[in-house]
Amino acid sequence: MSALSALLVRDMRVAVRVGGGALMGALFFLIVVTMVPFAVGPDLNLLARIGPAILWLGALLASLLALDRLFATDYEDGSLDLLMTGRVPLELAVAVKAIAHWLTTCLPLVVIAPVLGLMLNVELSAMGWVALTLLAGTPALTFIGLIGAALSVALRRGGLLLAVLVLPLTIPVLIFGVAAADAAIVAGASFGPAFTILCALSLASLVLGPIAAAAALRHGLE
Amino acid sequence: MQLEAENLACNRGGRVVFAGVSFIVAAGEALTVTGRNGAGKSSLLRLIAGLVRIAAGRLELRGGEREAPIGEQAHYLGHQDALKPSLSVAENLRFWTEFLGGRTPVETALEAVGLEPLSDLPAAYLSAGQRRRLSIARLVSVARPLWLLDEPTSALDAASQTRLAELMRAHLKGGGLIIAAAHGPIGLDLARELRMGPQ
Repeated sequence: MSALSALLVRDMRVAVRVGGGALMGALFFLIVVTMVPFAVGPDLNLLARIGPAILWLGALLASLLALDRLFATDYEDGSLDLLMTGRVPLELAVAVKAIAHWLTTCLPLVVIAPVLGLMLNVELSAMGWVALTLLAGTPALTFIGLIGAALSVALRRGGLLLAVLVLPLTIPVLIFGVAAADAAIVAGASFGPAFTILCALSLASLVLGPIAAAAALRHGLE
Repeated sequence: MQLEAENLACNRGGRVVFAGVSFIVAAGEALTVTGRNGAGKSSLLRLIAGLVRIAAGRLELRGGEREAPIGEQAHYLGHQDALKPSLSVAENLRFWTEFLGGRTPVETALEAVGLEPLSDLPAAYLSAGQRRRLSIARLVSVARPLWLLDEPTSALDAASQTRLAELMRAHLKGGGLIIAAAHGPIGLDLARELRMGPQ
């Protein structure tokens, strides 16, 4: 257990220090959401209606931003070789790296989402619910992206390939995330079913993502 | 403890890197792997560490832990240093010590490679030789019987090479095994040689 906590602490430290890029996701999210009212125009009703979708789309893109570096830096400096000679199963090590990435990149998105919702005229009472859907859904984005990061590890400039590989797989998360967030805003719609499926998607990718990513890494290093 | 290799072969990218490599290294023995560039020295070390699949042949660590793969009982010191530039010297070493399951205090290991005055410095400011010494400190802080060293003396100054030779002798005396890929002498007098390349 101490090996895994050491990995978690190390990855989070690297992310928050110089050149780590932990806040880049949050800044990117901020910029994307700020651009939308300029593009759509000052139609408050329209903004309120598409607000949750914009927040989700922004969070999706921002969460992918730093993902291509998740294994690439470890691959380039030789850490990945040593991670494989550790006593810890690679699947667990990979899962811990994903958790560290989620904590440093996605959790800040969840925290600032209510503030950004103000710019999109989303009701204050609904913002908590939208943030809750992000909290439940972003782990799925990270753990699905984990597979793409592992597949593109040995490629230079694998970031674009990563986005092409991963974005189609995140469509279900986007659908149910936005559905749950919309249900929180529209009176009478039921929040439960979409939110439950969103949680299920996160839990399933939590299990499948590390196994697939570890297999991809083992294959890719040869 | 004894590492036995019999007719090992390695393929990378559809090309045969080497084939028919056999050797035995017993506890307290060192083997230097020599050969021209591209002969497969590094590939052999990576193969023993379990980072490259064995295409043919047999590799066994007799007297080691039965359950654990050889890679988990070996130190692999490759060309890359596995250091994060934004972490300090001590933080880098402490992470690998904890992750690889070492019990020796980080300070002791840093002292062994002469880096303890720099322990708070970010690794980004280290020279190539100092980076090398920091990865060698890993061999001290985590006890593992088999050392796989890929050109361990590269970038090291004379004093550090002597220090490394002392560490290697102490490891051999304690019943350890060393396999080192090298172009020149690595400071071990009694090391046997395995010559790779076309026979």
